[in-house]
Amino acid sequence: MIESRYYGEFGGAFIPEILVATFDQLVQEFKTAKNDPGFWDEYVRIMSTYSCRPTPLTFAENLTNYFKGPRIYIKREDLNHTGAHKANNVIGQGLLVKRMGKTRVIAETGAGQHGVATATMAAKFGFRCTIYMGEVDMARQRPNVFWMERLGAEVVPVKEGTRILKDAINEAFRDWATNMDNTHYVLGTACGPHPFPEMVSFFQSIIGKEARKQILETEGRLPTRVYACVGGGSNALGIFSGFFDDPVELVGAEAGGKGLDTGLHASRLASKDGFRGVAQGYKTYFLQNQDGQMKKTHSVAAGLDYVGVSPILASLREQGRVRFEAATDREVMDAFSLTLRKEGLVPALESTHAFAQAFKEISGLSGKDIILINQSGRGDKDIFTIADAFEDPAWRQFIIEKAEEYRA
Amino acid sequence: MLEIYLKKRLEDKNILLMTHIVLGYPSFDASFQIIEAMVKAGVDLMELQIPFSEPTADGPVIVKASQMALNNGATVKECLDLAEKAADTFDIPFLIMSYYNILFRYGVERFVSGMTKAGLKGAIIPDLPPEEGRDYIDIMRANQMAPILIFSPTTSLERMRYLNNFAKGFIYCVARKGVTGQNTNFSDELTSYIHKCREATSLPLAIGFGVKEKADIEFLKGKVDIAVIGTQTIRVMEEKGVGAVGDFIRSLL
Repeated sequence: MIESRYYGEFGGAFIPEILVATFDQLVQEFKTAKNDPGFWDEYVRIMSTYSCRPTPLTFAENLTNYFKGPRIYIKREDLNHTGAHKANNVIGQGLLVKRMGKTRVIAETGAGQHGVATATMAAKFGFRCTIYMGEVDMARQRPNVFWMERLGAEVVPVKEGTRILKDAINEAFRDWATNMDNTHYVLGTACGPHPFPEMVSFFQSIIGKEARKQILETEGRLPTRVYACVGGGSNALGIFSGFFDDPVELVGAEAGGKGLDTGLHASRLASKDGFRGVAQGYKTYFLQNQDGQMKKTHSVAAGLDYVGVSPILASLREQGRVRFEAATDREVMDAFSLTLRKEGLVPALESTHAFAQAFKEISGLSGKDIILINQSGRGDKDIFTIADAFEDPAWRQFIIEKAEEYRA
Repeated sequence: MLEIYLKKRLEDKNILLMTHIVLGYPSFDASFQIIEAMVKAGVDLMELQIPFSEPTADGPVIVKASQMALNNGATVKECLDLAEKAADTFDIPFLIMSYYNILFRYGVERFVSGMTKAGLKGAIIPDLPPEEGRDYIDIMRANQMAPILIFSPTTSLERMRYLNNFAKGFIYCVARKGVTGQNTNFSDELTSYIHKCREATSLPLAIGFGVKEKADIEFLKGKVDIAVIGTQTIRVMEEKGVGAVGDFIRSLL
């Protein structure tokens, strides 16, 4: 029997027969590890010596003064090794791969952060590594492709479908269906068939555990609201999970793209365009048409550009436990400039959605309130996209000259 | 019922041939012409794939065909209409192959009653294991439709027996790991896998994935009941045109 798990009506394990035995093994291995306190200790030990855990909680004093509203705190997942919360998940899954005795890992990547994190983990643990990445994403995130390849991973461009994150996931599943004997698929977010949503959230819960402790140590009380961006949903579940039992409002910021009424967005839960469906092995809200065909999505942030969303978040929305909103590309660029200038922080464009949403609704809060924003990753990887958005003439000239240099 | 039809047909033939097409690729007119050519060439049953945007169990040829069909605007309604036309016109069983979201979004009950009305005989849904698809299986059975389930080389005998409790019509045995359209090694290992499948079910066995030429079918004779030709006819059509499909099928028999 396939072991499945539902969150309300969402989740499940819609897997092809060829992978049933592989999922059985993974479910058992994860269960054993989860119940073994030594496993979590080992995980925390590696994260504190190889990555930068616990990541700091930064008081954003200048932003707080600027808005003259709530005290703003930022959880610094950007300070993880490889620059994003993705490290939490890949190191955790890497430890499971070792326990299962497998020798090769594969992964999908959108922005490239999860690909770089997986390639890094593979280098550290001595696994062979293949990363699937949509052709469109490869073009907009070349620096990450460069690093993955330098780390020894093979990066395979995915030319099918819309050539972004969802298509990379399909291709990784196809590889897994062929090579499951020695290969583990390191799914990068809290989506996909059971046990992935639970497993990825489990590893990411380290963010919320730390953040809750840190805010209580610093302020002696809980925040009013916690903000996180939502692509697949792993960083959001990571930080939210620390506050599920508290009277704290949790807000997920999806990619509003060019605006929810334009159809050019990736907002599954905050827009009216998301419908219940089953794809890529799980049931959730998908951006799909009347026939059940997945739609094109758009976001300035490749890592949020995805048709589905974690079934755990879909369920939390139904319960009213998490509120979902969308921030547009434009709002994100404005929030990015402000954060950079005021705090000297460089959030990834994905993470900046959380900042943008927090700033949009800050006027409703007073100086007595505290808000906590998860800076899930750092933005230096986005230099090309950001420079284009700002139409920076000197950067443009630099690239032209660089190209001339290569042409010579 | 499908199982009875197949067993009767097997009294005259030592192996049956099931072929596959992606509906709406390259067009609905061409799909109908291909079905006609296949039926005339002597195929015993056919699976008609409704294209889905995320075909995770398929290899590059069927992925591309699905995508082209969708790019041309193929809808589920048009697919069911064409399936109905085929079932009305030709005297062999037709099955639907698709992914679960197509049925889910359409409404499983409405979809199955649409299939019944169209005169179809069953469906293959590779991403819907019985653990997740009890409603679907119940609705299929209530409509005398065969839910075709899948065995794979990684499936234990115990699980095969479990799957057999839900299956009707025949069992689709995937010949190897991987997705559609890759090469299969027709070897002793495959034979022993087929023996294991036989042990788990009394339903007819179909073998698919990588069956593409006469030699493969000769190997399968006496071992399984149905050989499935999937990707290869799409390749033939792409290389030599719709008109070449009938000759290709005849070359296999």
